[in-house]
Amino acid sequence: MLTGFAAFFFRNEKMIRSLAFVSSIIVLVISSLGLIFFRGTKWVEHQSAWMSTLGSSLSLRLDGMGQMLCLLTAIAFSLIFLSGWESLYRYKKANNFFALMLLSQAGLMGVFLSMDALLFYFFWELALIPVYFLCSQWGGERRISVTFKFFIYTFVGSLLMLVGILYVAAHTPDRSFSIDSFYKAKLSFKEQSWLFWLFFIAFAVKMPIFPFHTWQPDTYEQAPTPVTMVLSGVMVKMGIMGLIRWLLPLFPLAADNWATLVSTLCVIGIIYASLIAIKQDDLKRLVAYSSIAHIGLMCLAVFSHNTIGMQGVMIQMFNHGINIIGLWILIEMIEKKFGTRKMSELGGLAQKNPSMAIFFVLIALANIALPLTNAFVGEFMMFNGIFGADVYNGNYTVLGLIKLNANYFSMIYTVGAGLGIILAAVYTLNMIRKVFYGEASARISDGRDIKRYERLALVMIVILILGMGIYPQSALNVTNDVTDSILKISDLGHQLKK
Amino acid sequence: MNVLIVSAILGVVMLFSGVLLKQTRIVRAIAIIGMAVLLVINILEISGTSFFNIHTYGMMHFDRFALLFNSIVLFSTLVYFILSAKDMEKVGIHYGEYFALIFFIVCGIVLVASFKSLLILFLGVEIISIPLYILTGSDKKNLKSNEASLKYFLMGAFSTGLMLMGIALIYGATGTFNASEMTFPAARPSILPVAGMLLLLFSMAFKVSAAPFHFWTPDVYDGAPTVFTSFMATIVKAAVFIGFIRLFDEAFGSFNAEWQTWIAVITVITLFIGNITAVFQQSVKRMLAYSSIAQAGFMLLAVYAMNTDAKEGILLYTAAYCLATIGIFAVLAKMSDYTFEGFNGMARQQPMIALLTTIFFLSLAGIPLTAGFLAKFYMLKAALGAGGSLWVVIFAVLMAAVSVWYYFRVIQAMYFKDGQATVQVSPFFKWTLAVLAAVVILLGIFPNLLLYWYYF
Repeated sequence: MLTGFAAFFFRNEKMIRSLAFVSSIIVLVISSLGLIFFRGTKWVEHQSAWMSTLGSSLSLRLDGMGQMLCLLTAIAFSLIFLSGWESLYRYKKANNFFALMLLSQAGLMGVFLSMDALLFYFFWELALIPVYFLCSQWGGERRISVTFKFFIYTFVGSLLMLVGILYVAAHTPDRSFSIDSFYKAKLSFKEQSWLFWLFFIAFAVKMPIFPFHTWQPDTYEQAPTPVTMVLSGVMVKMGIMGLIRWLLPLFPLAADNWATLVSTLCVIGIIYASLIAIKQDDLKRLVAYSSIAHIGLMCLAVFSHNTIGMQGVMIQMFNHGINIIGLWILIEMIEKKFGTRKMSELGGLAQKNPSMAIFFVLIALANIALPLTNAFVGEFMMFNGIFGADVYNGNYTVLGLIKLNANYFSMIYTVGAGLGIILAAVYTLNMIRKVFYGEASARISDGRDIKRYERLALVMIVILILGMGIYPQSALNVTNDVTDSILKISDLGHQLKK
Repeated sequence: MNVLIVSAILGVVMLFSGVLLKQTRIVRAIAIIGMAVLLVINILEISGTSFFNIHTYGMMHFDRFALLFNSIVLFSTLVYFILSAKDMEKVGIHYGEYFALIFFIVCGIVLVASFKSLLILFLGVEIISIPLYILTGSDKKNLKSNEASLKYFLMGAFSTGLMLMGIALIYGATGTFNASEMTFPAARPSILPVAGMLLLLFSMAFKVSAAPFHFWTPDVYDGAPTVFTSFMATIVKAAVFIGFIRLFDEAFGSFNAEWQTWIAVITVITLFIGNITAVFQQSVKRMLAYSSIAQAGFMLLAVYAMNTDAKEGILLYTAAYCLATIGIFAVLAKMSDYTFEGFNGMARQQPMIALLTTIFFLSLAGIPLTAGFLAKFYMLKAALGAGGSLWVVIFAVLMAAVSVWYYFRVIQAMYFKDGQATVQVSPFFKWTLAVLAAVVILLGIFPNLLLYWYYF
């Protein structure tokens, strides 16, 4: 069934060069329907020989997390195409644009589904290359250098990961690349410690986590907005998924050991990005920084290493994708209509564009995790997880005065991350105030309200936001088994150590 | 064996055809058909049909590895002929002779790929080198070409001297020229074989343009006519690598502790110098010269690791590297401006050529789905398998990331900058290039297509 999926996308990619638009929507709708249809089954598996001499095989599996993320990918791409129904057409060489978009979608789906390290790496890069071309061709003024920076960053990260993959593969019992034998690899604590970083850097660049984030605001700003949606909505999830599926189970000892450091980085990232976001004037940059903060929180929760935190991450991955795509759609509309993204040049939009304002406020509230919105569920669970975490090891003494133990750590992290949420409210509400209320600026005098297809996309987003916010259990059920199995595998390490 | 004899005969045929036939078209046709015949008879030999049964007295050994490598070489040369033979007309009037020289080089390559006795290795290297000196200087009126030729000749002669010296010392220590009969005292080898081994190592490093013996490379590659640079930088270099691997596997395999560190150091220096210098080049041709040094650094990882993965990998690597570089050079030879700016805006003028060139560059950079990725992958895997060498691997990986920088500069120029880069190409050229790119991608997805032959 799944080869059908993969092959379907590849084949269609070629056809679409000529037909670009309509067929893509059809494909995406079919894929999301298909995913919903398969939800009931446990998981779907496909395996076939590929590079037998290397011990690698073409193995794809649709587990709970994969389902969730594939659904997100499918929804995201159809929303992107829907919201840009007219504007995307006007791009130069639109057919190339769509072909590359679908190629990157195929890559993303592959990343989420592949259960073979080499295949995972293949798709990981396959998702990146089209994005590189998309950004460099259709992006803003500084697109070439900015995109190149992004590319080099991620490429270095993924090459390091490749070394890690090779090293682990050499230590698996049957020298193969399949995920099951990867989980069985015997690695000493010392090996795990540095392998952890080889993998973590690759994922951290993608997410991005604090010291590796410098490519992100520039790239988000310069990339064409549909690509920004892909990058922020779906692509960052590659990093988190990588953490959950590959990093934690592979190197439980190291993950346990480095959890404190990584979590500190996350918290620094959350607060730092939020503070910068407050100061931004450009809407795109603001959302970019807020995205860093949100991702930091998810990464923090991944390392909290308990069921509720992990489930929170799962659901939040989905929600964050939906919310941020909603924000991007609105920002794109604002930019198209009024020719600027600067908050200082906008104002009073609500008078002219009431429906746009309603959508914007709704999605922005989801972004700051108000109850009844989807993000609230995810963030609440993640905070719960972080607070209850017992992985922060060691008793550190700060400046010889304060003795910290594990409980303090989880408290500090929770408080730090909570501060991030408060700051998020500050900058988001500030943005709404500046853009939609106050004096109507000269620029918006000729503002018309939004178009039908744009409204359709936004309505879908709002439905998803509220639906997930009110009844999240259905989504949680999907990922339950994955969370349990991942935690079980990576927990062995815990016990070994104690 | 088939190839060796037939290509020597064909060399002579080409020599006379250049004199007797006035039409270059026919000469070219003969050369292409000749190369195709060589490829076919080589494949026949792989499947067990040998036309000649000459006793070599154990001096040569045509095993799977050698024959498979010959096929790669012959296929690459065939592609090279089809793509670039026409451009050779621009070089000078001795059209037939260029082909003759290339056929002789193929003889040399066969010798190097299948030697057992060190003498044959020496003979092969010399048969490769001497026609190359001539080809480098074939643009007789061009000062740069002459300079390159002289430089190449002097440095080449020097390294040949080193090689002979090394062979003599090895003979003194072991009493045999036969690589697989050599025995070295395992515990602490005396100074004689170690010195001989080092001399051989240096001369081979010179021939594959590994740093710090690479100084001739940029000038020679830049000075030589572009069509011949293409041949030199790809097929010849790959051939010497095969000789390198065989030599260190069969002759010095038993005391690898002595040379492994040396190779590691040379690898690291080569990767560093090749990649970093390539970043600063303004001319694509010179950048490719440095990139060939950088790629040599990657191939040296195979010599360093010297295990099954390394042997499979080097075959894949040579195939990937040769095909991609030949493709790029074929396009380059058609261009008038060799700087990066010369490529500006090519995607608009010639979308298909630009796309294919991009695929070749992606392969050189080692992006997945191309043969170049799997080649690099095998190299890293082999080096990791050799054990205890993680720093070399990580260094190589970082350098691979650097290489993306300069390869992508060309891609950026072609796609994202405005300009008037045009190339005059025939549809036939286009389609051959497309087939070549298809092979590169096919090998990147199914390396077994090639490696299958290594085992069965």
